[in-house]
Amino acid sequence: MTLHANTAETPAAAPAPRSSSPPPARGTARRSAAGLWFVLPFTVLFAAFLVWPLIAGLWASFTDRSLAKEESSFVGLANWIEMFGDPAVWQSLWVTLLFTLFTTPPLVAIALAMALLTHRATARIGWFLRFSYFAPFLMPVAVVTLIWEWMYQPGFGMINGLLATVGIPGVSWLTDENTVLLAIAITTVWWTVGFNYLLYLAALQGIPRYVYEAAALDGAGAWRRFTSITLPLLRRTTALIVLLQMVASLKLFDQAYLMTNGSGGPNYAARPIIGYVFETGFTGLRIGYASAISYLFFAVIIIVSVLQLRLFSRKEDAA
Amino acid sequence: MTTATLTTAERPGTPAGPASPQPRRRFKVTPGGAAIAVLALFLAVVWLMPLVWAVLTSLKPEPETTAVPVRWLPLEPTFQAYRTVIAQGELMQWLMNSVIVSVLVTALTLVTCVMAAYAFSKTEFWGRKWLFALFIAGILVPPQALIVPLFDEMTFLGLVDTYWGVALPQVVAPVMIFILKRFFDAIPRDYEEAARIDGAGHLRVLWNVVLPMSVPILAAVGIFTFVQAWNNFLWPFVATTDPALMTVPVGLGTVQSAYGILYAQQMAASVLGALPLIVVFMLFQRQVVRGVTDAGLK
Repeated sequence: MTLHANTAETPAAAPAPRSSSPPPARGTARRSAAGLWFVLPFTVLFAAFLVWPLIAGLWASFTDRSLAKEESSFVGLANWIEMFGDPAVWQSLWVTLLFTLFTTPPLVAIALAMALLTHRATARIGWFLRFSYFAPFLMPVAVVTLIWEWMYQPGFGMINGLLATVGIPGVSWLTDENTVLLAIAITTVWWTVGFNYLLYLAALQGIPRYVYEAAALDGAGAWRRFTSITLPLLRRTTALIVLLQMVASLKLFDQAYLMTNGSGGPNYAARPIIGYVFETGFTGLRIGYASAISYLFFAVIIIVSVLQLRLFSRKEDAA
Repeated sequence: MTTATLTTAERPGTPAGPASPQPRRRFKVTPGGAAIAVLALFLAVVWLMPLVWAVLTSLKPEPETTAVPVRWLPLEPTFQAYRTVIAQGELMQWLMNSVIVSVLVTALTLVTCVMAAYAFSKTEFWGRKWLFALFIAGILVPPQALIVPLFDEMTFLGLVDTYWGVALPQVVAPVMIFILKRFFDAIPRDYEEAARIDGAGHLRVLWNVVLPMSVPILAAVGIFTFVQAWNNFLWPFVATTDPALMTVPVGLGTVQSAYGILYAQQMAASVLGALPLIVVFMLFQRQVVRGVTDAGLK
């Protein structure tokens, strides 16, 4: 069962509960106020810190609200019109998409390779492998960026040191417009691959051994077992991981902000859309305009999620 | 709580302890198996290299860190950088703040989400389906899209630069309700009906029947919430301006003046900042992997 696939199906499927959860209307659970009391605490927080800012943000996007002054006035679609003509919006959106394209394929492929290796390797080194592959994911972003900024140092960093031993001249990774986003992408792959790895590992452990044994008895070789059993059985996991990964990559901010010291990099080559929202809202103090851009970002996330869900559900129908 | 039962139940057969041993392979080393081990270890070494580099740098005296050509091993290893960082005290304050915020977020998430999931799974009330659909829709809202209005709201509530201001928005994670509800749904009704016949109210049923049967999923939700809160950067960064209230990621990321370009100190602070979760993971590795399975994230 994939989390997100279900997530999207649930609202539609809600009127017809699955067999695992019989309608609670009968038996002991009569309609009562008890349930309402139980959902109340979360509902209050949900309303205060999700629904309210969502509505307030939408309202603010039609005003010239600013952190610099008290009162604000209604400006209609002015922010939205300005946004669609603002090259910085499109440039930062492009950076975000480029980053997503850079990071998603390796983050899925390397995670799968790591999980397969761990699954096949002997028991003795399993612990060490799980630790090595997953540990970076547990590190706070600031620690990750401190270490990598230090490794990317042009003069005495480890990466250029390694390149020098094979005769490649040094690269100024974080100060060159052409490499800064790539450098951030490499760091991100190192940092977050562990999460996808864990999802793949859990899925692999869920494949019963007798499936492989039956295939081996039928004379299927190792490669055949991999392509005909493992990969097809991992399809749902892969769909989930690709979706989660793309959404996570589109949310790029932390490491890009820290590795460029908040500057967005040379020529803003590493300023993602959230970075522009942050700048507009907290440096430029324009809450109204920043809210409009936030909604554009929100729309991109929704569009990508919906497109992907449709794509994957169609594939599963065909399979 | 989980640890004891899970580890004793699983450990006897496999002393080294991975979740999926392949007993038949253990007796003879096949060429294919050796190749896999070599490749796996190579990748592991590549992945550990930045960490090793950070640790080695943190053990160097400051002048050695910028020496060219690059040397891996410190010539004169020293703990000076660690002593300095700890003596400055800022990092210790940030670690403390991270503990407070993460514990607050985890506790509130567990309490509110467990109660809501129980209500959705085991009770009937007016508007139940609509409310659940609304929460599920909330999963799609990226918290990053809310920072600007949320900051505005926090200013209004006077919660900027407080632990509550940092913690409360992070508690709103409707996906946890979804995960918990699915687990509660699978608990047979006979158990709670028996308890209800004995006169137990909903709180008793939740506490004495449902929760004891849900320990693995509670552990999973708790661990993941804690890790997320511990490593969260953007919202705590927006919500705190006072260095005394910053969490580890925010403090290390923004207070450059603390360590300047003293690389050994930066790396020492990084190692100390990363250590708590890495130690926790080493202790709970098995629960984390199991938790992913239990949470139905596969």
